[in-house]
Amino acid sequence: MDGQAILARIVERFGGGVLDTHAYRGDHTAIVDRSTVESALTLSRDDAALRFDMLMDLTAVDYLRYPGREDGPRFDVVYHLYSVEHNHRVRIKVPVEQDDPWVPTASGIWPIANWLEREVWDMYGIRFEGHPDLRRLLMYEEFVGHPLRKDYPINRRQPLIGPKV
Amino acid sequence: MADERVTRELLLGEGSGGSQNLYVNMGPAHPAMHGIIRIFAELDGETVVKADVEIGYLHRGFEKDCEAHVYGNAIPYTDRLNYVSPLINNFGYASAVEKLLGIDVTERCKYIRVIMSEISRICDHLTCVGASAMELGAFTVFLYMIKAREFLWELVEDVTGARLTISYGRIGGVKADLPAGFDLKVKRAFAETRQVLEEVHRLITGNRIFMDRMVGVGAMTREDTIAWGITGPLLRASGVPFDVRKTQPYWAYDRMDFEVAVGKNGDNFDRYLVRMAEMEQSMRIAEQGLDGIPGGAIQVDWEGRAIDPDTYVDRGKQGKTEGLLFVPIKLSPNLQGQDRGAHARLDVPDKRVVLPSKEAAYGSIEGLMNHFMLVMEGYGVRPPAGEAYFPVEGANGELGFYVVSDGSDRPYRVRCRPPCLPPVAALPRMIEGQMIADVIPTFGSVNMIGGELDR
Repeated sequence: MDGQAILARIVERFGGGVLDTHAYRGDHTAIVDRSTVESALTLSRDDAALRFDMLMDLTAVDYLRYPGREDGPRFDVVYHLYSVEHNHRVRIKVPVEQDDPWVPTASGIWPIANWLEREVWDMYGIRFEGHPDLRRLLMYEEFVGHPLRKDYPINRRQPLIGPKV
Repeated sequence: MADERVTRELLLGEGSGGSQNLYVNMGPAHPAMHGIIRIFAELDGETVVKADVEIGYLHRGFEKDCEAHVYGNAIPYTDRLNYVSPLINNFGYASAVEKLLGIDVTERCKYIRVIMSEISRICDHLTCVGASAMELGAFTVFLYMIKAREFLWELVEDVTGARLTISYGRIGGVKADLPAGFDLKVKRAFAETRQVLEEVHRLITGNRIFMDRMVGVGAMTREDTIAWGITGPLLRASGVPFDVRKTQPYWAYDRMDFEVAVGKNGDNFDRYLVRMAEMEQSMRIAEQGLDGIPGGAIQVDWEGRAIDPDTYVDRGKQGKTEGLLFVPIKLSPNLQGQDRGAHARLDVPDKRVVLPSKEAAYGSIEGLMNHFMLVMEGYGVRPPAGEAYFPVEGANGELGFYVVSDGSDRPYRVRCRPPCLPPVAALPRMIEGQMIADVIPTFGSVNMIGGELDR
């Protein structure tokens, strides 16, 4: 399936839940509402024509300082899906508001989402509702803040932890 | 008396509690761990009942750092992602930015990227197989493979000037052309590598001790491997012929004739076989690349009247630049292969993207301005606002860079999809239910690279 057909299929199934679609530089993207994303991801995996059996990547982008999006939702959670069977890709994005940063977990759909969601929680502070074990992945538990947020200064130092020598 | 009871309870599991499970901490710094990672395992006798993996010890904020610098400055950071095959990271990042810019690199550059990527891939597989064989007691194999890797790293050194932190990729091209006589050197190095692989095959493929430790250990089914997002040799070992080089060819891979090595059982032994087969295929690709590379033979040297490179630079600095751009020089001012001719062949002609050759930067005001415009803050490479994801086949699987641009000279967001994160996430699944000693070969076959895992 080519990208346009994939997007058309997703729109056909979730007309209201799909906020927007676009294609840029050959990458096809569907922007999906948070309330729809869980069923949209499940369908993308199970639908015979789509069959996105692999969650290639799950990450987020903080649009706090992005020109033209100052008033929009602050975060996007980005899913890169790949289908081994059909050899096609799609990107699904979910806008998330700053005041209420959560999305439903995908760890029941693809087990790898477990760790990738932990990383997003660690780096952006976006909670994944229903996640079985939402701990930090790369930073340590005592770390304060979420370092990949745009308002986290790059040169901020945090106290060293560990036994005093 | 009480002490003895406690001791017997703890060590022998006697008393009210019956037998107890033992908790063992492997790592973060463990001699058999090639990388800093902690495996917290619950043991029942020698069997791993439950395991938890903790990563992040090598986190250094790669993605955050990229956001604070101009596009070109991320290249040295990408060296440090997978430090065993840094060339693939360089080219992968550069290609992602090129995709965002909407430009295509020259044919010769594509071939160079293919050749150097394959040499890196062999280095990576040699390290992985050698190290995991060593942990099973086959120290000879490790020494042989490191010897072969040394020949290949000499090739890398010849081309890039460094062995590990090579920074050879450029947005819109590569840093320098291949050196003179490179194809002969490759031929010699590959002959040595093939001999080593042959010897290793005879030493451990079919060796009773090695097979006993590898066959059926750490196995994952095809469906599980896919669901865990595992790519690369581990996925192919479980029978899925997924290879980005074949399924979605980039650079010049569509013109190369090679086979995708596929296993059957998805266990450590199949992973080993897939890696061994892939090294041979990588050599085939590199040889085809060297045969088919466009833009003339590699052994092209500058002919004619030549001036000393120091004189060239001196003249340029004194402002005596008239006609200097057309004076041939014996050697490029800085590095072999960095001269004008090479740049014209290698890099895209777009002056807003690619750094000029050193002659141009030193020898003409236009070149100097061009250089400044690319490295000064607020100028430089500025892709239009948008986003792009570019996957390449890294040594451990799909290495993807997802770059978001806001139209300024710095990437708004750089995300690296680390190929060895999914297998490490699935590691508890691979080792649970197996013996504690099997953790070592399984962990070896995962080929965890701390640099790209923790970023």
